[in-house]
Amino acid sequence: MSAPISSKEGGWETVIGLEIHAQLSTASKIFSGSATAYGASPNSQANLVDLAYPGVLPVLNQEAVRMAVKFGLAVSATVTERSVFARKNYFYPDLPKGYQISQYELPIVARGHMDIVLDDGSRKRIGITRAHLEEDAGKSLHEGLGKLSGIDLNRAGTPLIEIVSEPDMRSAKEAVAYLKKVHTLVRYLEICDGNMQEGSFRCDANVSVRRIGAEKFGTRAEIKNINSFRFVEKAINYEVARQIDVLEGGGKVVQETRLYDPDKGETRSMRSKEEANDYRYFPDPDLLPVELDAAFIAGVQKTLPELPDQKAARFVATLGLSEYDAGVLTSSKELAAYYEEVAKLLAGGKEPSREQAKLAANWVAGSLAAALNEHNLEITGSRIDAKRFAGLLGRIVDNTISGKIAKDVFEAMWAEGKDADAIIESQGLKQITDTGAIEKAIDEVMAKNPGQLADYRSGKDKLFGFFVGQVMKSTGGKANPAQLNELLKKKLAG
Amino acid sequence: MHNLTLAELARKLRAKEFSVTELTKALLARIEAAQPKLNAFITVMAESALAQSARAEAALKDGSAGPLTGLPLAHKDIFCTSGVRTSCGSRMLDNFVSPYDATVVEKLNASGMVTLGKTNMDEFAMGSSNETSWYGPVKNPWDLKLVPGGSSGGSAAAVAARVAPIATATDTGGSIRQPASLCGVTGIKPTYGRVSRFGMIAFASSLDQGGLIAQSAEDCAMVLGAMSGFDPRDSTSVDTPVPNYVAELDKPLAGLKIGLIKEFFDKGLDAAVEKCIREALREYEKLGARLVEVKLPALPLSVPTYYVVAPAECSSNLARFDGVRYGYRCQEPKDLMDLYKRSRGEGFGAEVKRRIMTGTYVLSAGYYDAYYLKAQRVRQLINQDFKRAFGEVDVLMGPTAPDVAFGLGAKASDPIQMYLNDIYTIGANLAGVPAMSIPCGFVRDLPVGLQICGPHFGEGKLLNVAHAFQQVTDWHRRIPAAFDREVLS
Repeated sequence: MSAPISSKEGGWETVIGLEIHAQLSTASKIFSGSATAYGASPNSQANLVDLAYPGVLPVLNQEAVRMAVKFGLAVSATVTERSVFARKNYFYPDLPKGYQISQYELPIVARGHMDIVLDDGSRKRIGITRAHLEEDAGKSLHEGLGKLSGIDLNRAGTPLIEIVSEPDMRSAKEAVAYLKKVHTLVRYLEICDGNMQEGSFRCDANVSVRRIGAEKFGTRAEIKNINSFRFVEKAINYEVARQIDVLEGGGKVVQETRLYDPDKGETRSMRSKEEANDYRYFPDPDLLPVELDAAFIAGVQKTLPELPDQKAARFVATLGLSEYDAGVLTSSKELAAYYEEVAKLLAGGKEPSREQAKLAANWVAGSLAAALNEHNLEITGSRIDAKRFAGLLGRIVDNTISGKIAKDVFEAMWAEGKDADAIIESQGLKQITDTGAIEKAIDEVMAKNPGQLADYRSGKDKLFGFFVGQVMKSTGGKANPAQLNELLKKKLAG
Repeated sequence: MHNLTLAELARKLRAKEFSVTELTKALLARIEAAQPKLNAFITVMAESALAQSARAEAALKDGSAGPLTGLPLAHKDIFCTSGVRTSCGSRMLDNFVSPYDATVVEKLNASGMVTLGKTNMDEFAMGSSNETSWYGPVKNPWDLKLVPGGSSGGSAAAVAARVAPIATATDTGGSIRQPASLCGVTGIKPTYGRVSRFGMIAFASSLDQGGLIAQSAEDCAMVLGAMSGFDPRDSTSVDTPVPNYVAELDKPLAGLKIGLIKEFFDKGLDAAVEKCIREALREYEKLGARLVEVKLPALPLSVPTYYVVAPAECSSNLARFDGVRYGYRCQEPKDLMDLYKRSRGEGFGAEVKRRIMTGTYVLSAGYYDAYYLKAQRVRQLINQDFKRAFGEVDVLMGPTAPDVAFGLGAKASDPIQMYLNDIYTIGANLAGVPAMSIPCGFVRDLPVGLQICGPHFGEGKLLNVAHAFQQVTDWHRRIPAAFDREVLS
């Protein structure tokens, strides 16, 4: 489904392709034995190979190959039997060799795909052109050094896979959905920590627009430096609007690289096609071609975990969850594991029933997800563990508290780090299920509101809600809702 | 003792005719005396050589010595040596003290050999006359007005003048064999992948190979085994067992089939040199070998092919010399671009710049297919020619260079004439096969080299074939008169 953008002169269609760089979570670099840990003091994790000393040579890290193959298999791609490392030549201080070792004509992963779910619930397949192995560059440091620049080569040589999509996305939303999907996948596969702030997962977007119905793609701009899901959406939308403005003003979009400025929320030209480097790619004579046999690939296949889509499908089929809930709950491996544990505990350690599964799903994907989101936490940082969470849901099931009260108990559990039972006990939140007590409360409310009572009895049925509210108010919300309904109906009828 | 081969020195050291320290001191004195005439060394390592000598003596005493313990050698200044300047013949690395040892250096140190110093060479091994060195040209010991050949001119001249019995060298397009030929010494370029390239400053990675220049094939055989073998730090080194080269030396040659490369006996070859080569071939017939003519039709394309592939790789390999992390940096750079331009402009010499520019050009968008890709295809054809030839014969022979040593400055202004000096040697690099040059006579009082080429990992056979010749001839024992004295002045 495309999202045409209307304008005074007619509809435009957006075309987006993404290039995602995912740092592989290997312990050492792709061509040297240096550590890859983030945040070490500058140049403390750069050895002679990373510093490109005269005479040193690269040696390929097998683990990086294994991880790239894992990714390829997970996106139903062709893992190529023979891939070749090539040198991408350009001068920059954070590129010590004067070239980046990458893969060019023969990448390790070719032709895969990934399905995303659109707003209307339909699925769309995004093609993955290729994924190749390459090394990261270092970083230039410009702050606190006066007129000088510093170079930190700790990151130089960190393994990356660059995942190149087909120009299959038609809106910023689709691009974000695809990016999130890839983000989830690499973390499931445990090949990338997905940390966008530290730059372990980043993306460039190729954006163009064309008239609806046009076959030819428009001229594209490549947007760099969009390192959060939010920025991806904003940057693309800004760029689309800019290109339409240019075209409708009678101008031409120039092929160029543009930088996204998150502070100003705009993209600006970095270099045009004419200024672009001629990278003079050629096969790296220091490295042999990577040749993978079927046995190796089959061995990697065996290490694949249950993938997010497979897990979500299972949640729908065997637990009866909605596609939406299943999608939310499988957005990270840890969240899915948490959910499954809660549901199982709720079922007393057995397979949960559909009702139990649904209740757990509502609460994990609802209140818990909201709280995590609010505090910017991953599920692993949740202040309520699965056991306590299941304890809370158990109290709903056994009618100790109502769902509404449960929300308050949840808040208190989050704030105080205590069991649900302790909070219910200390705050006296236990549900009133004593018929006599509820009847007494009803009587008092009826006595206090003779006018409303008369109106109700003369046919204003809508006032039933008023009475429910008043009784709940007087019982501190603890009256069992089902019982209250039944008793109130009887009493009001007179 | 100056006229002794490495094998003879080894025997005399063990017989205690002199000590390691005495030998080292004598050679250091010869190096110093010859330096103003030859300029064969960039760095002399007297202090560490004496320390290594003392350790070698201790090892000889306590019985922990190996066959090479105490034997002296020199390293071409392309091999990184820890704590010692490793210049690669360039101003760019004049101030570069390597923090690590090349695998070759590490292995030979471990074998107990004594390093006398680092030999002069063409800048980044780019040259055939040793005139491109930042440290000035090396002179040919047979005639100081002539070039020693290149790029391993320092190693060849040092061995020819007997100031070092053996020296490491490297060969990308003939840089071991051509200077060996011009200086009347024995040189071997092993199979690509036989000797680790780790720590050997790269010129053209797919062609570079470390090897040796010595007085004899026997001397090469003694040391080659110790410096060869798979290195996990060099992905292109080959994991195949290293034979005992010394044990293979004395195999009889009867029945040996020698292929004469037809394309090498062409109009470019000096007539007197050709006569000299043909006489050497008759010597092989006397040893029981059979000569057949072999055609390698793609071989005449090796010079143009090489001058696409080698500059392409060099343009990329030398990009790391940018004035940022080590090596030459221009004074007061205005900005980043100025730093790059002036550091590289001032740090590199003319020939290196010429090759970087050629290489950059052939890899550029729009030219890649026409040059680089086509050159790679021709390289495949040359490869197939060698493969086919080695299906028919055991070794290939021909001249190493088209002529004897030429005058200093004679070809310096004409790169094409200079490049053509490697016309017979480049093929072996493109195909990755091992090749040697051995002294086989004199023309106009200057040495001539016979080239012997073998199939992949045929070093043992090559050394055997060369050794047999050296058992019945004494060309390799000839010493330039000016240096044939125990004490040089």
